[in-house]
This record gives sequence, C-alpha cells and structure tokens, in this order.
Amino acid sequence: MTSTGAEVLIRALEQQGVELVFGYPGGTILPVFHSISKSNIKNVLTRNEQAAAHAANGYARVSHKVGVCIATSGPGATNLVTGLANSFLDSIPVVAITGQVKSSLVGTDAFQEVDITGITQPITKHNYLVTDANDIARVVNEAFFIASSGRPGPVLIDLPKDVAMFACSEKFFDQLDLPGYKPNYKGHAIQVKHACEALQKAKHPLIYAGGGIILAGAYQQLQTLAERISAPVVTTLMGLGAFPYEHSLFLGMPGVHGFPAANYGLCSADVILALGVRFDERVTSAVENFAPKAKIIHIDIDPAEISKNVSSHIPIVGDVKTVIEDMLKRLTPVNNQQRLNEIAELKSKNEYLQQRIQSDKLNPRQIVEKMSEILPADTLITTEVGLHQMTVAQYYRHCYPGCFLTSGGLGTMGYGLPAAIGAQMAAPKRKVVCVAGDGSLQMNLPEMATIKAQKLPIKVVLINNSCLGMVRQLEDVSYPGEDLFAIDLEGNPDFCRLAEAYGWQSYRLEKTEDIDKVLIEAFASDQPVLIDCIIDKRDYVYPMVLADDPLDKMLMP
Amino acid sequence: MRHTLSILVENRTGVLSRVAGLFSRRGYNIESLSVSTTDKKEISRMTIVVEGDQKTIEQVTKQLHKLIEVIKIYNITGEEFVERGLAMFRVIPTPENRAELMQVVDIFRGHILDFSPTSMIVEITGGEKKILAFEEALKPFGIAEVVRTGEIAMVRGGKSKNAKGENND
Repeated sequence: MTSTGAEVLIRALEQQGVELVFGYPGGTILPVFHSISKSNIKNVLTRNEQAAAHAANGYARVSHKVGVCIATSGPGATNLVTGLANSFLDSIPVVAITGQVKSSLVGTDAFQEVDITGITQPITKHNYLVTDANDIARVVNEAFFIASSGRPGPVLIDLPKDVAMFACSEKFFDQLDLPGYKPNYKGHAIQVKHACEALQKAKHPLIYAGGGIILAGAYQQLQTLAERISAPVVTTLMGLGAFPYEHSLFLGMPGVHGFPAANYGLCSADVILALGVRFDERVTSAVENFAPKAKIIHIDIDPAEISKNVSSHIPIVGDVKTVIEDMLKRLTPVNNQQRLNEIAELKSKNEYLQQRIQSDKLNPRQIVEKMSEILPADTLITTEVGLHQMTVAQYYRHCYPGCFLTSGGLGTMGYGLPAAIGAQMAAPKRKVVCVAGDGSLQMNLPEMATIKAQKLPIKVVLINNSCLGMVRQLEDVSYPGEDLFAIDLEGNPDFCRLAEAYGWQSYRLEKTEDIDKVLIEAFASDQPVLIDCIIDKRDYVYPMVLADDPLDKMLMP
Repeated sequence: MRHTLSILVENRTGVLSRVAGLFSRRGYNIESLSVSTTDKKEISRMTIVVEGDQKTIEQVTKQLHKLIEVIKIYNITGEEFVERGLAMFRVIPTPENRAELMQVVDIFRGHILDFSPTSMIVEITGGEKKILAFEEALKPFGIAEVVRTGEIAMVRGGKSKNAKGENND
C-alpha cells in the first residue's frame, strides 16, 4: 500500500500516541495539515509559532507524553526557535515538525526558506532533514525515542514539501538502530556504595534536588531518602514541588533569589547529594566559592553534567530514581536529634520571607500566599519570567511534583501564557493559573485569543507594576543613584478592557483587603479571567545575591 | 596538552557540521581534523587533534558523546600510536640552489610532485614534528604555498579501535 509522506507522518504520530498537536499552518507544511484534518489528531491553532512550542512544552510536562508543535518553513520555523531553546535547557520532550521548501529549491534562498536544521543544531537534542519519504516513519520513531529517553529534550524534523507529497511505502518500524545513543539508567554499584558511605558518615549532609527528580518521577524516593538519613532538602526552581513545602526537612529553593535557609545550608554542608541538577550559575552564584566545605555526590543521567560547573567527588551516571532506589537498599536510618535541631534552627532563617508578606500596600507576596491558600493542591501554576516568577517560587506552597511550570534555564518571558494552554489541554479538569508580569504577558499576549477559542478556563494573575521590575531592580542595585533606563512600560493598555476585548472576564485588584474576595470569585469562574493586580514599582524581590558573591552573602534590606 | 581523538560516527550528511559546531560554540579549539569513510560505508572516522587540559578534554569527550550520530570516541593520547599527516609545498628555488633543495627533500624522504622552470611542488608525510621541521628546512628556498591535511592516527600493536569497541586480531 502506498500513501503520501504526509499521511505516513500522521500515522506515525498516531502510532506514538499523539492526540493533540500545536500547529500554525503555511505554504510548505500544508500537505501535513491536510493529513491532520483527515485524522483523529486535534490541532490547536496558536497565534504565533513560538507559543505553539511553549504550549507543547506545557503539554509535555503535564501529560508526561511528548509534546508536538508544527510550523511552516522560514519565519514559521524561526519563530519556534525560542520555544525549542527553552525546552532544550529545561530538558522537556518535544518534537517539532517544520515544513521546508521543496527539495530542488533547498539551498537557493527560496521564498520562506531557512536552514532550520542548521539554526536549531545547538538547541535540539537531535534534528533531521528528511530527503526521502521512505525515511519518514523511521525518523518519527527515532525522534520520539530520542526526545523522551535519557535526558529528555526537543527533536526537530524538517520536511520538504515534495517529500511530504511523495508516494511512499507505508512501512512502520518498531526497531531502533541508533548505535551512538545508549542512555545509561543504572548507576555504577561501587559508586553507589561510596555515595552511601559518605552520606552515613556525614555530619551535615544536604540534598540538592532539581528538575531531574520530576522528570524521573523520583519524588517518593527522594522523600524516603531524606527522612531515612535525616538530611535537609533544597530544591531548585525546576525542582519545586519535588519535595513537600511544609516538610520539616525542606529548606526551600537555593540561589540568587533563594531562601536564606537553603543558601546557608549549602554553604555549611559537609556532604552534598546533588540529584538531577546541573549546578546552574543562578544556584551556585560565584562558582569558585560554592559549598566550600562539601564533598559532592552528583547523580545525573547526563554524563556531560558531571563536573561541568562544579567538580564532583563521587559522580554517578544514571536515572535518578533507579539510583536512589539502589541507595535505599544500603542506607540505614540516621536518628540524630541534634541534627534535627540544627535543621530547625537553620529553617528559622526563612522567617525573613514571612516577615516580608505583611504590608498595608498591596504586594505580590500577599497575593501568591493567598493563592496557595485557596487553590486546590493539584492546581497547575505557570509563570512568566521576572519578579513575579521569583515571588511564586518563594511564596507558593508547592506540594505536588510537576504542578509548577516555569522557564528555568532560558528564562523566557512569554512562556507562561502559552504553557498554560498546553497544561490545560493536558489536564482539562484541573485548575490552571498563569502568574504573569505586565512585561512578560505582552510577549505572547495574542494567546488570549487561543484560550478563548479553545474555551479554556485559564486564570491570569497579572502582577502589574507598569515596568520591567526585575531589570529595574538590577539597574537600581548595579548603578545606584543613576537614572533608570528602558524599563518603564509606558503605553501599557488597560489590561481589564483588553481582556474584555478578548472575551475574557476581568478584575482589578488594588487594595489588600480585596484580595480574598477577588481571588475567590475569579478562581470560581468557568471562564478565562484576568486579574490585574496593581503593584508598586519599587516592590523588589529579596534576598538577592549579587553577581560573583558567595551564596551566604545575601542582600536583605 | 595536545590530545588525539579517534571518533567513529555515522556516515550521514550534517555530522561534520554538528561536530565542528560543538567545538566552536563551547569554545574548544580544533588543531586539526580529518574525516573519511572506513571499511564500513555507513561509518566514518574523524581524527581530531585538540589542545586543552584534562578537564577540557573530558568535557569535549562527554559533549561529543551526546551527539546521537557519534558512535565511539577513543582518546588515544596516552597510548603508543603512529600519526601521519601529509603536506605539499610550492617552493621557488633559484637555478643555483635547486640541487640543494632536492637534497633536502631526499633527507626528509619527501617527493617531488611537480617541476617547472620557476617552481617545484614537494610532498612529505609524517607526524606533526617532521612536517614542521621540513617546512623550516624549505623556508630559505622560498615557500609560495602550503597545503596540509589533518593528522590521522592508529594505535600500535594488534588492537583495533572500531565502532563496536576494541578488537584483538
């Protein structure tokens, strides 16, 4: 039996269990959209390809499947780039399919031609330019396997229009032939033994856990491990939710805007167990001063992360869940009351954060804390990037893994709103709330129309300070006394009226005493709602560690 | 330190650009690079000479391993191996020193590939040091053009470094 390349592509996607794609059509990708229209796969039409890539990311993170986004050649493909880079840095499994000009025109600077496999080489786990329709089924099979196995990441398939239209054999592959790709899941037994010995001997052990815990689904193992050896836990921005916020061993998020207890904890630990983390510079600050006293055990599925930024004493390459399980077979319980007292003492340093909530003036901390109180525990929270994002990281009581979707590695303004679309499509019955700043929201603002069109009851909590708050804070601290430059978002629209123009409900929140009423009413709606919260420009995020300072040197005015 | 990596990759379009791109974007410096097919047409071998300390080389190797099409990487620096590169020089001797030039070529066991009234092309194969020494020896005669290949290398003895691992013959 023969079909066209596009038909084979769609059937290969169906074989992978794809039910939903985020796509934006155009000339060269039209045969693929034509085949989608004849299939059971649903297409969500975003308003910009970048949003399709972010939505696929949000969908992947909530559904635990591979997210798929589709764009046409040229500008369609280049618009995907930010979204793919974002998924690459946060290790989210996404497959992107782009149209390409027909094979005979490739390399001629044809209309809407770009070398997208060349452009995306550094920001994809792998990519393909398909030149023969008979390769399509194999390529799709490989792409999904590569995207979702080992350290997950985005894979791009570039498909010239004529290849999509060629008649080809409909032969599917379940065998993979990737001689150069063999992720290692099982940790080295002797290294595991060394790690366990170091942890049992440690006086001040500390667990530093990241997004890898969530990707590997290792949160129960993490909690058992921490409780078994009475070790405090810090989780990175990507790892928030991997360990219960209310747990007595939880010190919070470390880093530049970290919890005081987490930063002090990292500086004083004698053994650090790093699980699915990459010692990002936002966490370590001055890398040469990072955890000066600690012996470091680093467990990660990606060998290249080991000793990349910080040298590790006991490296273990493997799936973090499998390795923790192996460790739990060896580790004996540590019941050390003195250590628990020390942890409680360390934790008291986080009271600083609580003290910053109370104020007569409306501040984002009060709003986020109230959200934590009234939203169901399985609510999916997405954020944009900036002060509001750090406020959610610090004040939202993340208690379930995978409920917090944010752009960690790339720090992409414009991620939150489209990611909320993906999240809501993956979990139609759960509440989805996007916390945004007025700068970030405007990066992918037109997605408000996608949300309306798809009838998604997404809530946007807009922390509106009429400026680029995080950059403002940085300018203020870096160039004290000087005029602030290029941060005023003069000309902002009236966001409530804008929301109404998109067919959304809206509220304006200006007073502390209205928080309860507005949030409860807004979150109860079955419609999309925007809550415009008017915040002072000088309301900054603290603590703050300045560039090249050690973690325990925190600015707290 | 100078490291010699012998890398087996899938013979597909784009592999060279992936490898070269990785070196440039992560700030590693390629000293020389040579690529060709092996006895199996689906597999190519790249010999890359790279300068760097132990930590850099470890990162280079790990990052190369992340490329899906890279099958196997051997860092043969610490082993006994033979290395060869090829260089061609266009030299402009005078009628007076032409005989002397031919002697120099003989000493280095080079070859004369082209002979014209005004110029000669001479060829040499050998390791990095030999080629550099030969170049030095040619300089007094006047070098008009140099073309060099990257180095290729093979470990001494009966062990082969293939895509499936090390095989004893």
